Amino acid sequence: MASLSELYQNVILEHNRSPRNYRAMDDDARHAEGHNPLCGDHLTVWVRMDGEVIGDVSFQGAGCAISKASASLMTGAVKGKTRQEAEALFQRFHKLVTGRLPAGESETLGKLAVFSGVSEFPVRVKCASLSWHTLKAALEGGQSDKPDHPSA
Amino acid sequence: MTATATPVLDVERLREDFPILSLRVHGKPLVYLDNAATSQKPRSVIEAITRFYSAENANIHRGVYYLSDRATVAYEAARERVAGFLNAASPREIVFTRGTTEAINLVAQSWGRSELRAGDEILITGLEHHSNIVPWQLLAAQMGATVRAVPITDAGELDLDAFDRLLGERTRLLAVAHLSNALGTINPVRELVARAHALGVVTLVDGAQSAPHLPVDVQALGCDFFAFSGHKLFGPTGVGALYGRAALLERMPPWQGGGDMIETVSLERSTFAEPPARFEAGTPMIAEVIGLAAALDYVESVGRQAIAAWEEELLACATERVREIDGIRLIGTARQKASVLSFVVEGVHPHDVGAVLDDDGIAIRTGHHCAQPVMQHFGVPATARASFAFYNTRDEIDALARGLRRARTLFA
Repeated sequence: MASLSELYQNVILEHNRSPRNYRAMDDDARHAEGHNPLCGDHLTVWVRMDGEVIGDVSFQGAGCAISKASASLMTGAVKGKTRQEAEALFQRFHKLVTGRLPAGESETLGKLAVFSGVSEFPVRVKCASLSWHTLKAALEGGQSDKPDHPSA
Repeated sequence: MTATATPVLDVERLREDFPILSLRVHGKPLVYLDNAATSQKPRSVIEAITRFYSAENANIHRGVYYLSDRATVAYEAARERVAGFLNAASPREIVFTRGTTEAINLVAQSWGRSELRAGDEILITGLEHHSNIVPWQLLAAQMGATVRAVPITDAGELDLDAFDRLLGERTRLLAVAHLSNALGTINPVRELVARAHALGVVTLVDGAQSAPHLPVDVQALGCDFFAFSGHKLFGPTGVGALYGRAALLERMPPWQGGGDMIETVSLERSTFAEPPARFEAGTPMIAEVIGLAAALDYVESVGRQAIAAWEEELLACATERVREIDGIRLIGTARQKASVLSFVVEGVHPHDVGAVLDDDGIAIRTGHHCAQPVMQHFGVPATARASFAFYNTRDEIDALARGLRRARTLFA
Protein backbone atom coordinates (compact mmCIF):
# COMPACT_ATOMS: atom_id res chain seq x y z
CA MET A 1 0.00 0.00 0.00
CA ALA A 2 1.37 3.37 -1.03
CA SER A 3 2.03 5.81 1.74
CA LEU A 4 1.05 9.42 1.84
CA SER A 5 4.67 10.56 1.82
CA GLU A 6 5.22 8.82 -1.55
CA LEU A 7 2.36 10.86 -3.00
CA TYR A 8 3.24 14.16 -1.37
CA GLN A 9 6.99 14.26 -1.84
CA ASN A 10 8.76 17.36 -0.55
CA VAL A 11 9.32 18.75 -4.03
CA ILE A 12 5.56 18.56 -4.65
CA LEU A 13 4.72 20.25 -1.35
CA GLU A 14 7.24 22.98 -2.09
CA HIS A 15 5.94 23.66 -5.62
CA ASN A 16 2.38 23.70 -4.25
CA ARG A 17 3.44 26.37 -1.75
CA SER A 18 5.42 28.43 -4.27
CA PRO A 19 4.37 27.55 -7.80
CA ARG A 20 6.76 28.67 -10.56
CA ASN A 21 5.59 30.66 -13.59
CA TYR A 22 2.29 31.34 -11.84
CA ARG A 23 1.13 34.33 -13.87
CA ALA A 24 -1.07 35.31 -16.78
CA MET A 25 0.27 36.40 -20.17
CA ASP A 26 -1.15 38.93 -22.60
CA ASP A 27 -4.13 37.90 -24.66
CA ASP A 28 -1.98 37.45 -27.76
CA ALA A 29 -0.24 34.46 -26.17
CA ARG A 30 -1.75 31.08 -26.98
CA HIS A 31 -3.75 29.79 -24.05
CA ALA A 32 -6.22 27.11 -23.12
CA GLU A 33 -8.38 26.30 -20.12
CA GLY A 34 -8.56 22.92 -18.48
CA HIS A 35 -11.31 21.66 -16.19
CA ASN A 36 -11.66 18.59 -14.09
CA PRO A 37 -15.45 18.43 -13.80
CA LEU A 38 -15.23 15.76 -11.10
CA CYS A 39 -13.47 17.96 -8.56
CA GLY A 40 -13.96 21.47 -9.88
CA ASP A 41 -10.26 22.03 -10.62
CA HIS A 42 -9.70 24.67 -13.22
CA LEU A 43 -6.57 26.18 -14.72
CA THR A 44 -5.36 28.25 -17.64
CA VAL A 45 -2.04 27.58 -19.41
CA TRP A 46 -0.38 30.25 -21.56
CA VAL A 47 2.39 29.52 -24.02
CA ARG A 48 4.50 31.74 -26.27
CA MET A 49 6.58 30.18 -29.03
CA ASP A 50 10.06 31.43 -29.83
CA GLY A 51 10.56 30.09 -33.33
CA GLU A 52 10.34 26.32 -33.09
CA VAL A 53 10.69 26.15 -29.32
CA ILE A 54 8.52 27.08 -26.36
CA GLY A 55 9.90 30.47 -25.35
CA ASP A 56 7.68 31.02 -22.31
CA VAL A 57 4.95 29.11 -20.53
CA SER A 58 2.85 29.99 -17.48
CA PHE A 59 -0.32 29.00 -15.65
CA GLN A 60 -2.92 30.11 -13.13
CA GLY A 61 -5.86 28.38 -11.53
CA ALA A 62 -7.32 26.51 -8.61
CA GLY A 63 -6.50 22.93 -7.86
CA CYS A 64 -5.10 20.44 -5.41
CA ALA A 65 -1.41 20.19 -4.48
CA ILE A 66 -0.84 17.50 -7.10
CA SER A 67 -2.35 19.52 -9.95
CA LYS A 68 -0.67 22.75 -8.91
CA ALA A 69 2.78 21.23 -8.42
CA SER A 70 2.41 19.31 -11.66
CA ALA A 71 1.63 22.50 -13.57
CA SER A 72 4.53 24.30 -11.89
CA LEU A 73 7.07 21.56 -12.66
CA MET A 74 5.69 21.21 -16.18
CA THR A 75 6.39 24.86 -16.98
CA GLY A 76 10.02 24.35 -15.99
CA ALA A 77 10.31 21.10 -17.94
CA VAL A 78 8.96 22.24 -21.29
CA LYS A 79 10.55 25.66 -21.62
CA GLY A 80 13.02 25.62 -24.52
CA LYS A 81 11.57 22.41 -25.94
CA THR A 82 9.90 21.99 -29.32
CA ARG A 83 6.25 21.08 -29.49
CA GLN A 84 7.16 17.50 -30.45
CA GLU A 85 9.60 17.23 -27.57
CA ALA A 86 6.99 18.57 -25.13
CA GLU A 87 4.40 16.09 -26.37
CA ALA A 88 6.86 13.22 -26.12
CA LEU A 89 7.63 14.28 -22.55
CA PHE A 90 3.88 14.31 -21.76
CA GLN A 91 3.58 10.77 -23.09
CA ARG A 92 6.35 9.57 -20.80
CA PHE A 93 4.93 11.53 -17.87
CA HIS A 94 1.52 9.99 -18.48
CA LYS A 95 3.06 6.54 -18.46
CA LEU A 96 4.78 7.38 -15.18
CA VAL A 97 1.62 8.51 -13.37
CA THR A 98 -0.38 5.56 -14.70
CA GLY A 99 2.32 3.10 -13.66
CA ARG A 100 3.19 2.02 -17.20
CA LEU A 101 6.71 3.44 -17.47
CA PRO A 102 9.30 0.64 -17.54
CA ALA A 103 11.44 0.47 -14.41
CA GLY A 104 14.62 2.52 -14.67
CA GLU A 105 13.16 5.00 -17.13
CA SER A 106 11.84 7.44 -14.58
CA GLU A 107 15.25 9.17 -14.34
CA THR A 108 14.78 10.35 -17.93
CA LEU A 109 11.96 12.52 -16.61
CA GLY A 110 14.22 14.53 -14.32
CA LYS A 111 12.33 16.35 -11.57
CA LEU A 112 9.02 15.09 -12.93
CA ALA A 113 9.90 11.70 -11.44
CA VAL A 114 8.58 12.96 -8.10
CA PHE A 115 5.10 12.15 -9.43
CA SER A 116 5.79 8.41 -9.49
CA GLY A 117 3.69 7.99 -6.33
CA VAL A 118 0.57 9.12 -8.20
CA SER A 119 0.34 5.74 -9.93
CA GLU A 120 -0.68 4.23 -6.58
CA PHE A 121 -3.59 6.69 -6.36
CA PRO A 122 -5.57 6.24 -9.59
CA VAL A 123 -8.06 8.99 -8.76
CA ARG A 124 -5.21 11.50 -8.73
CA VAL A 125 -3.99 10.75 -12.27
CA LYS A 126 -6.33 13.41 -13.61
CA CYS A 127 -4.94 15.95 -11.14
CA ALA A 128 -1.38 15.28 -12.29
CA SER A 129 -2.18 15.35 -16.00
CA LEU A 130 -4.65 18.26 -16.18
CA SER A 131 -1.98 20.90 -16.86
CA TRP A 132 -0.35 18.72 -19.53
CA HIS A 133 -3.62 18.21 -21.38
CA THR A 134 -4.19 21.93 -21.17
CA LEU A 135 -0.71 22.71 -22.49
CA LYS A 136 -1.35 20.34 -25.38
CA ALA A 137 -4.59 22.17 -26.17
CA ALA A 138 -2.79 25.53 -26.04
CA LEU A 139 -0.05 24.27 -28.37
CA GLU A 140 -2.64 22.91 -30.77
CA GLY A 141 -4.08 26.34 -31.30
CA GLY A 142 -5.24 27.57 -27.94
CA GLN A 143 -8.55 29.09 -26.94
CA SER A 144 -9.81 25.59 -26.21
CA ASP A 145 -12.07 25.16 -23.24
CA LYS A 146 -12.62 21.46 -23.67
CA PRO A 147 -12.73 19.49 -20.43
CA ASP A 148 -9.87 17.26 -19.50
CA HIS A 149 -10.24 13.74 -20.82
CA PRO A 150 -7.09 11.78 -20.09
CA SER A 151 -6.75 8.68 -22.17
CA ALA A 152 -6.05 6.38 -19.22
CA MET B 1 -30.91 17.89 27.30
CA THR B 2 -31.64 15.67 24.32
CA ALA B 3 -30.16 12.72 26.16
CA THR B 4 -32.91 12.79 28.74
CA ALA B 5 -35.73 13.73 26.37
CA THR B 6 -35.17 10.89 23.90
CA PRO B 7 -34.12 7.27 24.03
CA VAL B 8 -30.34 6.92 24.11
CA LEU B 9 -28.83 4.94 21.26
CA ASP B 10 -26.49 2.11 22.05
CA VAL B 11 -24.23 3.08 19.17
CA GLU B 12 -21.57 0.45 19.83
CA ARG B 13 -24.17 -2.31 19.65
CA LEU B 14 -25.79 -0.84 16.53
CA ARG B 15 -22.40 -0.68 14.79
CA GLU B 16 -22.19 -4.46 15.06
CA ASP B 17 -25.19 -4.64 12.71
CA PHE B 18 -23.03 -3.17 9.92
CA PRO B 19 -20.37 -5.65 8.73
CA ILE B 20 -18.40 -3.01 6.83
CA LEU B 21 -17.87 -0.86 9.93
CA SER B 22 -15.36 -3.36 11.30
CA LEU B 23 -13.18 -2.94 8.21
CA ARG B 24 -9.64 -1.60 8.50
CA VAL B 25 -8.37 0.83 5.85
CA HIS B 26 -4.63 1.46 5.41
CA GLY B 27 -4.20 -0.44 8.68
CA LYS B 28 -6.61 1.80 10.62
CA PRO B 29 -10.23 1.37 11.60
CA LEU B 30 -12.59 2.69 8.92
CA VAL B 31 -14.17 6.00 9.92
CA TYR B 32 -17.02 6.43 7.48
CA LEU B 33 -18.14 10.04 7.27
CA ASP B 34 -19.57 10.14 3.75
CA ASN B 35 -23.12 9.20 4.58
CA ALA B 36 -24.63 11.97 2.48
CA ALA B 37 -23.12 10.28 -0.58
CA THR B 38 -24.30 6.85 0.41
CA SER B 39 -24.88 4.99 3.65
CA GLN B 40 -23.63 1.61 4.82
CA LYS B 41 -25.94 -1.41 4.97
CA PRO B 42 -27.01 -3.38 8.02
CA ARG B 43 -26.82 -7.16 7.95
CA SER B 44 -30.63 -7.40 7.82
CA VAL B 45 -30.66 -5.62 4.45
CA ILE B 46 -27.85 -7.74 3.04
CA GLU B 47 -29.61 -10.88 4.25
CA ALA B 48 -32.99 -9.81 2.85
CA ILE B 49 -31.46 -9.53 -0.62
CA THR B 50 -29.61 -12.84 -0.28
CA ARG B 51 -32.78 -14.53 0.99
CA PHE B 52 -34.78 -13.18 -1.95
CA TYR B 53 -32.32 -14.52 -4.51
CA SER B 54 -31.88 -17.78 -2.60
CA ALA B 55 -35.50 -18.62 -1.94
CA GLU B 56 -38.01 -16.21 -3.50
CA ASN B 57 -36.69 -15.02 -6.85
CA ALA B 58 -39.21 -14.81 -9.69
CA ASN B 59 -40.67 -12.06 -11.80
CA ILE B 60 -43.65 -10.24 -10.32
CA HIS B 61 -47.22 -9.62 -11.52
CA ARG B 62 -46.87 -12.40 -14.08
CA GLY B 63 -47.05 -16.00 -12.96
CA VAL B 64 -49.64 -18.07 -11.16
CA TYR B 65 -46.96 -20.23 -9.65
CA TYR B 66 -45.71 -20.25 -6.09
CA LEU B 67 -42.50 -18.25 -6.48
CA SER B 68 -43.99 -15.51 -8.63
CA ASP B 69 -46.79 -15.13 -6.14
CA ARG B 70 -44.34 -14.86 -3.24
CA ALA B 71 -42.20 -12.27 -5.06
CA THR B 72 -45.28 -10.23 -5.96
CA VAL B 73 -46.54 -10.29 -2.39
CA ALA B 74 -43.14 -9.22 -1.05
CA TYR B 75 -42.85 -6.43 -3.64
CA GLU B 76 -46.29 -5.03 -2.89
CA ALA B 77 -45.72 -5.38 0.85
CA ALA B 78 -42.66 -3.19 0.38
CA ARG B 79 -44.85 -0.56 -1.23
CA GLU B 80 -47.05 -0.56 1.85
CA ARG B 81 -43.92 -0.32 3.97
CA VAL B 82 -42.75 2.80 2.11
CA ALA B 83 -46.22 4.36 2.35
CA GLY B 84 -46.13 3.81 6.09
CA PHE B 85 -42.62 5.23 6.39
CA LEU B 86 -43.66 8.47 4.68
CA ASN B 87 -47.19 8.44 6.14
CA ALA B 88 -48.72 8.50 2.68
CA ALA B 89 -52.50 8.09 2.61
CA SER B 90 -52.27 4.97 0.42
CA PRO B 91 -49.65 2.62 -1.08
CA ARG B 92 -51.14 3.59 -4.46
CA GLU B 93 -49.31 6.88 -4.00
CA ILE B 94 -45.89 5.17 -3.99
CA VAL B 95 -44.06 4.62 -7.29
CA PHE B 96 -40.79 2.69 -7.16
CA THR B 97 -37.95 4.29 -9.11
CA ARG B 98 -34.20 3.80 -9.38
CA GLY B 99 -33.75 6.63 -6.90
CA THR B 100 -34.38 10.31 -6.26
CA THR B 101 -33.00 11.37 -9.63
CA GLU B 102 -35.34 9.10 -11.55
CA ALA B 103 -38.29 10.14 -9.37
CA ILE B 104 -37.69 13.81 -10.16
CA ASN B 105 -37.25 13.07 -13.86
CA LEU B 106 -40.51 11.14 -13.77
CA VAL B 107 -42.37 14.19 -12.44
CA ALA B 108 -40.62 16.49 -14.93
CA GLN B 109 -41.38 14.33 -17.94
CA SER B 110 -44.85 13.09 -17.02
CA TRP B 111 -46.46 15.90 -15.02
CA GLY B 112 -44.30 18.62 -16.52
CA ARG B 113 -44.75 17.81 -20.18
CA SER B 114 -48.51 17.41 -19.84
CA GLU B 115 -49.13 20.43 -17.60
CA LEU B 116 -46.64 23.17 -18.48
CA ARG B 117 -47.12 25.79 -21.16
CA ALA B 118 -44.68 28.23 -22.73
CA GLY B 119 -43.98 31.12 -20.37
CA ASP B 120 -44.62 29.08 -17.21
CA GLU B 121 -42.06 29.19 -14.43
CA ILE B 122 -40.48 26.46 -12.32
CA LEU B 123 -39.13 27.69 -9.01
CA ILE B 124 -36.13 25.90 -7.51
CA THR B 125 -33.52 27.14 -5.03
CA GLY B 126 -29.82 27.89 -4.97
CA LEU B 127 -29.33 24.98 -2.55
CA GLU B 128 -30.36 22.19 -4.89
CA HIS B 129 -28.13 19.38 -6.04
CA HIS B 130 -27.89 18.71 -9.74
CA SER B 131 -30.72 16.18 -9.81
CA ASN B 132 -33.18 18.86 -8.70
CA ILE B 133 -31.85 21.38 -11.22
CA VAL B 134 -31.06 19.64 -14.48
CA PRO B 135 -34.40 17.76 -14.98
CA TRP B 136 -36.19 21.13 -14.73
CA GLN B 137 -33.78 22.78 -17.16
CA LEU B 138 -34.41 19.97 -19.65
CA LEU B 139 -38.17 20.34 -19.16
CA ALA B 140 -38.04 24.13 -19.46
CA ALA B 141 -36.15 23.84 -22.76
CA GLN B 142 -38.73 21.36 -24.06
CA MET B 143 -41.73 23.48 -23.05
CA GLY B 144 -40.50 27.05 -23.42
CA ALA B 145 -40.73 27.48 -19.65
CA THR B 146 -38.26 29.23 -17.35
CA VAL B 147 -36.40 27.95 -14.29
CA ARG B 148 -35.93 30.51 -11.53
CA ALA B 149 -33.97 29.97 -8.33
CA VAL B 150 -34.47 31.35 -4.81
CA PRO B 151 -31.10 32.79 -3.75
CA ILE B 152 -29.36 31.75 -0.55
CA THR B 153 -27.84 33.88 2.19
CA ASP B 154 -24.23 33.70 3.33
CA ALA B 155 -25.31 31.39 6.14
CA GLY B 156 -26.66 28.99 3.51
CA GLU B 157 -30.33 29.61 4.25
CA LEU B 158 -33.00 30.38 1.68
CA ASP B 159 -33.76 34.07 1.27
CA LEU B 160 -37.45 33.93 2.17
CA ASP B 161 -38.21 37.49 1.06
CA ALA B 162 -36.83 36.61 -2.35
CA PHE B 163 -38.89 33.41 -2.26
CA ASP B 164 -42.07 35.45 -1.84
CA ARG B 165 -41.08 37.76 -4.68
CA LEU B 166 -40.18 34.91 -7.03
CA LEU B 167 -43.32 32.88 -6.31
CA GLY B 168 -45.66 34.53 -8.79
CA GLU B 169 -48.64 33.93 -11.00
CA ARG B 170 -46.49 32.31 -13.68
CA THR B 171 -45.04 29.80 -11.19
CA ARG B 172 -46.46 26.33 -11.78
CA LEU B 173 -44.09 24.20 -9.73
CA LEU B 174 -41.91 24.57 -6.64
CA ALA B 175 -39.10 22.00 -6.37
CA VAL B 176 -37.08 22.25 -3.17
CA ALA B 177 -34.70 20.13 -1.11
CA HIS B 178 -35.85 19.24 2.38
CA LEU B 179 -32.24 19.02 3.60
CA SER B 180 -29.29 20.37 1.60
CA ASN B 181 -26.66 17.77 0.74
CA ALA B 182 -23.86 20.31 0.39
CA LEU B 183 -24.50 22.44 3.48
CA GLY B 184 -26.87 20.52 5.76
CA THR B 185 -29.44 23.32 5.81
CA ILE B 186 -32.94 22.17 6.78
CA ASN B 187 -35.38 24.15 4.69
CA PRO B 188 -38.76 25.20 6.15
CA VAL B 189 -40.55 23.10 3.54
CA ARG B 190 -43.89 22.95 5.31
CA GLU B 191 -44.09 26.74 5.24
CA LEU B 192 -42.82 26.95 1.64
CA VAL B 193 -45.35 24.36 0.50
CA ALA B 194 -48.17 26.26 2.22
CA ARG B 195 -47.18 29.52 0.52
CA ALA B 196 -46.96 27.76 -2.85
CA HIS B 197 -50.29 26.01 -2.44
CA ALA B 198 -51.95 29.33 -1.57
CA LEU B 199 -51.14 30.33 -5.17
CA GLY B 200 -52.10 26.97 -6.66
CA VAL B 201 -48.48 25.97 -7.27
CA VAL B 202 -47.66 22.23 -7.33
CA THR B 203 -44.84 21.24 -4.96
CA LEU B 204 -42.07 18.64 -5.06
CA VAL B 205 -39.84 18.00 -2.06
CA ASP B 206 -36.47 16.37 -2.70
CA GLY B 207 -36.03 14.10 0.29
CA ALA B 208 -32.80 12.38 -0.73
CA GLN B 209 -31.05 13.74 2.36
CA SER B 210 -33.95 14.21 4.75
CA ALA B 211 -35.46 10.72 4.61
CA PRO B 212 -32.42 9.11 6.32
CA HIS B 213 -32.08 11.75 9.01
CA LEU B 214 -35.39 13.40 9.84
CA PRO B 215 -38.81 11.93 10.51
CA VAL B 216 -40.84 12.53 7.33
CA ASP B 217 -44.63 12.83 7.13
CA VAL B 218 -45.73 13.77 3.62
CA GLN B 219 -49.26 14.59 4.73
CA ALA B 220 -48.00 16.97 7.40
CA LEU B 221 -45.56 18.54 4.92
CA GLY B 222 -48.48 18.88 2.54
CA CYS B 223 -46.33 18.43 -0.58
CA ASP B 224 -47.66 16.97 -3.82
CA PHE B 225 -44.52 14.95 -4.57
CA PHE B 226 -41.70 13.63 -2.39
CA ALA B 227 -38.66 11.79 -3.76
CA PHE B 228 -36.03 9.74 -1.94
CA SER B 229 -33.31 7.14 -2.51
CA GLY B 230 -32.89 3.80 -0.78
CA HIS B 231 -29.10 3.75 -0.75
CA LYS B 232 -28.82 6.83 1.44
CA LEU B 233 -31.29 5.20 3.83
CA PHE B 234 -29.18 2.11 4.60
CA GLY B 235 -30.84 0.24 1.72
CA PRO B 236 -29.53 -0.99 -1.64
CA THR B 237 -28.43 1.17 -4.56
CA GLY B 238 -30.69 1.33 -7.59
CA VAL B 239 -33.96 1.80 -5.75
CA GLY B 240 -35.93 4.74 -4.44
CA ALA B 241 -39.47 5.97 -4.53
CA LEU B 242 -41.69 8.81 -5.58
CA TYR B 243 -44.63 9.74 -3.41
CA GLY B 244 -47.29 11.49 -5.45
CA ARG B 245 -50.72 12.61 -4.29
CA ALA B 246 -53.25 10.25 -5.85
CA ALA B 247 -55.20 13.08 -7.50
CA LEU B 248 -52.09 14.15 -9.42
CA LEU B 249 -50.76 10.68 -10.27
CA GLU B 250 -54.14 9.71 -11.73
CA ARG B 251 -54.03 12.59 -14.21
CA MET B 252 -50.42 12.02 -15.24
CA PRO B 253 -49.55 10.20 -18.51
CA PRO B 254 -46.98 7.37 -18.66
CA TRP B 255 -43.39 8.46 -19.12
CA GLN B 256 -41.86 5.12 -20.13
CA GLY B 257 -43.65 2.39 -22.04
CA GLY B 258 -43.30 -1.34 -21.60
CA GLY B 259 -44.61 -4.32 -19.75
CA ASP B 260 -46.49 -4.02 -16.46
CA MET B 261 -47.66 -0.44 -17.10
CA ILE B 262 -50.38 -1.40 -19.56
CA GLU B 263 -53.98 -2.49 -19.43
CA THR B 264 -54.36 -3.75 -23.00
CA VAL B 265 -51.98 -3.66 -25.93
CA SER B 266 -52.71 -4.10 -29.61
CA LEU B 267 -50.40 -3.25 -32.46
CA GLU B 268 -52.39 -0.05 -33.03
CA ARG B 269 -52.77 1.30 -29.53
CA SER B 270 -52.49 0.56 -25.85
CA THR B 271 -54.32 1.58 -22.73
CA PHE B 272 -52.54 2.12 -19.51
CA ALA B 273 -52.71 0.76 -16.02
CA GLU B 274 -53.74 2.83 -13.03
CA PRO B 275 -51.01 4.37 -10.86
CA PRO B 276 -48.61 3.34 -9.52
CA ALA B 277 -48.16 0.52 -12.10
CA ARG B 278 -48.57 3.10 -14.89
CA PHE B 279 -45.17 4.49 -13.93
CA GLU B 280 -43.30 1.21 -13.45
CA ALA B 281 -42.63 -0.05 -16.97
CA GLY B 282 -40.71 -3.30 -17.32
CA THR B 283 -39.37 -5.64 -14.69
CA PRO B 284 -38.52 -3.48 -11.69
CA MET B 285 -35.64 -3.81 -9.22
CA ILE B 286 -37.44 -6.45 -7.20
CA ALA B 287 -34.62 -7.56 -4.89
CA GLU B 288 -33.67 -3.94 -4.22
CA VAL B 289 -37.25 -3.01 -3.35
CA ILE B 290 -37.32 -5.87 -0.86
CA GLY B 291 -33.95 -4.72 0.50
CA LEU B 292 -35.36 -1.21 0.86
CA ALA B 293 -38.26 -2.51 2.93
CA ALA B 294 -35.76 -4.27 5.21
CA ALA B 295 -33.84 -1.01 5.55
CA LEU B 296 -36.98 0.88 6.59
CA ASP B 297 -37.75 -1.84 9.14
CA TYR B 298 -34.25 -1.45 10.50
CA VAL B 299 -34.45 2.34 10.74
CA GLU B 300 -37.76 2.17 12.55
CA SER B 301 -36.43 -0.46 14.93
CA VAL B 302 -33.64 1.98 15.87
CA GLY B 303 -36.15 4.82 16.12
CA ARG B 304 -36.32 7.85 13.89
CA GLN B 305 -36.59 10.37 16.73
CA ALA B 306 -33.63 8.77 18.48
CA ILE B 307 -31.61 8.85 15.25
CA ALA B 308 -32.35 12.53 14.71
CA ALA B 309 -31.46 13.36 18.32
CA TRP B 310 -28.13 11.47 18.27
CA GLU B 311 -27.16 12.97 14.91
CA GLU B 312 -27.92 16.43 16.27
CA GLU B 313 -25.46 15.76 19.09
CA LEU B 314 -22.86 14.44 16.65
CA LEU B 315 -23.19 17.49 14.41
CA ALA B 316 -22.93 19.88 17.35
CA CYS B 317 -19.85 18.03 18.61
CA ALA B 318 -18.20 17.98 15.17
CA THR B 319 -18.95 21.66 14.57
CA GLU B 320 -17.31 22.56 17.87
CA ARG B 321 -14.25 20.37 17.30
CA VAL B 322 -13.67 21.63 13.76
CA ARG B 323 -14.19 25.26 14.75
CA GLU B 324 -11.38 24.92 17.30
CA ILE B 325 -8.86 24.31 14.51
CA ASP B 326 -7.15 27.41 13.13
CA GLY B 327 -7.70 28.20 9.49
CA ILE B 328 -10.92 26.29 8.98
CA ARG B 329 -13.92 28.04 7.49
CA LEU B 330 -17.31 26.39 7.83
CA ILE B 331 -19.42 26.59 4.68
CA GLY B 332 -23.07 26.63 5.68
CA THR B 333 -24.00 27.94 9.10
CA ALA B 334 -27.78 27.81 8.93
CA ARG B 335 -29.69 27.88 12.23
CA GLN B 336 -31.44 24.61 11.34
CA LYS B 337 -28.98 21.99 10.16
CA ALA B 338 -28.66 18.23 10.12
CA SER B 339 -25.97 15.62 9.51
CA VAL B 340 -23.64 17.62 7.23
CA LEU B 341 -20.50 19.64 8.02
CA SER B 342 -18.96 21.36 5.00
CA PHE B 343 -15.73 23.33 5.30
CA VAL B 344 -12.56 24.54 3.65
CA VAL B 345 -9.10 24.42 5.17
CA GLU B 346 -7.08 27.56 4.53
CA GLY B 347 -4.23 26.87 2.08
CA VAL B 348 -5.15 23.21 1.60
CA HIS B 349 -7.24 22.06 -1.33
CA PRO B 350 -10.17 19.80 -0.33
CA HIS B 351 -8.70 16.94 -2.40
CA ASP B 352 -5.53 17.06 -0.39
CA VAL B 353 -7.52 17.19 2.85
CA GLY B 354 -9.36 14.10 1.66
CA ALA B 355 -6.13 12.27 0.80
CA VAL B 356 -4.60 12.95 4.22
CA LEU B 357 -7.77 11.81 5.99
CA ASP B 358 -7.94 8.70 3.81
CA ASP B 359 -4.47 7.79 4.98
CA ASP B 360 -5.96 7.75 8.49
CA GLY B 361 -8.82 5.51 7.33
CA ILE B 362 -11.30 8.41 7.32
CA ALA B 363 -13.73 8.68 4.40
CA ILE B 364 -15.12 12.12 3.66
CA ARG B 365 -16.36 13.67 0.45
CA THR B 366 -14.35 16.34 -1.30
CA GLY B 367 -15.51 18.22 -4.33
CA HIS B 368 -18.59 20.15 -5.38
CA HIS B 369 -21.07 17.58 -4.06
CA CYS B 370 -23.04 17.76 -7.30
CA ALA B 371 -24.14 21.21 -6.18
CA GLN B 372 -21.99 23.56 -8.24
CA PRO B 373 -24.31 26.60 -7.81
CA VAL B 374 -23.81 26.33 -4.03
CA MET B 375 -20.02 26.33 -4.50
CA GLN B 376 -20.31 29.37 -6.79
CA HIS B 377 -22.27 31.24 -4.12
CA PHE B 378 -19.49 30.76 -1.58
CA GLY B 379 -16.72 31.42 -4.12
CA VAL B 380 -15.01 28.05 -3.60
CA PRO B 381 -14.38 25.40 -6.25
CA ALA B 382 -14.97 22.63 -3.77
CA THR B 383 -15.35 21.86 -0.08
CA ALA B 384 -14.55 19.02 2.25
CA ARG B 385 -17.70 17.49 3.71
CA ALA B 386 -18.12 15.20 6.65
CA SER B 387 -21.63 13.76 6.83
CA PHE B 388 -22.90 11.66 9.68
CA ALA B 389 -25.18 8.74 10.34
CA PHE B 390 -26.43 7.36 13.63
CA TYR B 391 -23.64 4.76 13.70
CA ASN B 392 -20.95 7.44 13.97
CA THR B 393 -19.29 8.11 17.31
CA ARG B 394 -17.60 10.91 19.20
CA ASP B 395 -14.30 9.02 18.85
CA GLU B 396 -14.65 9.21 15.08
CA ILE B 397 -15.12 12.96 15.30
CA ASP B 398 -11.92 13.14 17.37
CA ALA B 399 -10.15 11.20 14.61
CA LEU B 400 -11.50 13.68 12.06
CA ALA B 401 -10.18 16.63 14.06
CA ARG B 402 -6.76 14.95 14.43
CA GLY B 403 -6.63 14.30 10.69
CA LEU B 404 -7.49 17.90 9.87
CA ARG B 405 -4.69 19.14 12.13
CA ARG B 406 -2.32 16.73 10.35
CA ALA B 407 -3.38 18.14 6.96
CA ARG B 408 -2.77 21.69 8.17
CA THR B 409 0.73 20.75 9.33
CA LEU B 410 1.66 18.82 6.17
CA PHE B 411 0.71 21.61 3.79
CA ALA B 412 1.76 24.57 5.96
